[in-house]
Amino acid sequence: MPDQGEFYQRDRDWHPPAYVKEYKTSVARSPQYALISLQNSVGEITGPVFGHNDIDPMDRDLIHNYATAGESAIGERIILHGRVLDENARPVPNTLVEIWQANAGGRYRHKKDTYLAPIDPNFGGCGRTITDENGYYYFRTVKPGAYPWRNYVNSWRPAHIHVSVFGSGFVQRLISQIYFEGDPLIPLCPIVKSIPNQEAINSLVAALDMNSTIPLDTIAYKFDIVLRGRRSTLFENRLEGN
Amino acid sequence: MVQPLNYLKETPSQTAGPYVHIGLAPGAAGFDIYERELGWDIAGPNAEGERIRVEGLVIDGTGSPIKDVLLEAWQANAKGIYAHPEGGGEVEEGFRGWGRVITDFDTGEWGFDTIKPGKTPGRNGRIQAPHINLWVVARGINLGLNTRIYFEDEAEANAEDPVMNIIEWERRRATLLAKRSEKDGKVVYRFDIQLQGQDETVFFDV
Repeated sequence: MPDQGEFYQRDRDWHPPAYVKEYKTSVARSPQYALISLQNSVGEITGPVFGHNDIDPMDRDLIHNYATAGESAIGERIILHGRVLDENARPVPNTLVEIWQANAGGRYRHKKDTYLAPIDPNFGGCGRTITDENGYYYFRTVKPGAYPWRNYVNSWRPAHIHVSVFGSGFVQRLISQIYFEGDPLIPLCPIVKSIPNQEAINSLVAALDMNSTIPLDTIAYKFDIVLRGRRSTLFENRLEGN
Repeated sequence: MVQPLNYLKETPSQTAGPYVHIGLAPGAAGFDIYERELGWDIAGPNAEGERIRVEGLVIDGTGSPIKDVLLEAWQANAKGIYAHPEGGGEVEEGFRGWGRVITDFDTGEWGFDTIKPGKTPGRNGRIQAPHINLWVVARGINLGLNTRIYFEDEAEANAEDPVMNIIEWERRRATLLAKRSEKDGKVVYRFDIQLQGQDETVFFDV
């Protein structure tokens, strides 16, 4: 990729701050000193490259990727799809997208999750795919259930799917959560509300996408992911800083 | 109103949560699902250079090790080349330069085996001391934290390193130095990460 330079500075007023007292775990896990700002060099602009040899095509189908042959996961069958773009609205092709989630009852397949809702024997809860040349991705899964957690006595996470994306440079690395249109738990959640800006919160809510629904089969939600954009020129010559 | 700029806004970050292993290290969550889990082998068998192990703890503001952290490493090979089209050249077959590890559920210890990276080009023709870029996510961390692992036995290169030198407080630079020892004939670097408070690790806005 010629003539591509540094990544745009991250807008840290748009992202959640490290310390959010209502999200209790963040209190002891947030740095107190200011971050040291660093201009990009080669290790920031580059990042790991993944290929189709790294994953299997079935990895994107959570309805079947952990199911016994002939069985499928229980729950509302959904397609989750969209594009990975950068801030310049250019597609991010061939990038790894990984997701994980609870089952339809809000139970995670994790040895540390002791919620009384049962495990679904045919549902693992993770998937991964690589975007195509247009930055497009899709998963097939079941809609996760809400999930109680020990923050306040009566805290419930909205239905959500965790998402992890790489991009082309290591400083684009991002983990976030995808919520679902119309969920009344969204405005109550301290993790959602760690994001100070309502417009930013809205950008994490997947829209019901009737056009992509498969009639009599699977309902669809659309979710675009935006990673940091890059300047169009290589390093300036200014002899200052790092 | 002026013309709109029409840039998209980056997708805002959210915590990876306590069950990050399900997605990124399912074997550790307690189930085998993928034929190939990613990130367990950073350098591969063909990589030249000194074989090392890097290990440590991630410690919270109360002084307790955290046991649900996921860390990712990104590093150059022994010649200072990253495994990427813009990485400065060719790398050994199988050298990915990227790794992913989790902290132990009981002890909080993490560690990875790799090779010691070489010096890499910095900005404006300067040279960067050998270092590993590290990205840390966990429950309670709302946006992944970026830091760098440097090596205490590279004192000369560290003293010249442009990034080390923009850290105004010399005392804080020491938080980025991994400490070398030998265990069973193997070179081990210790790198504990202090998230908050006394001797807090330097984190970068990159």
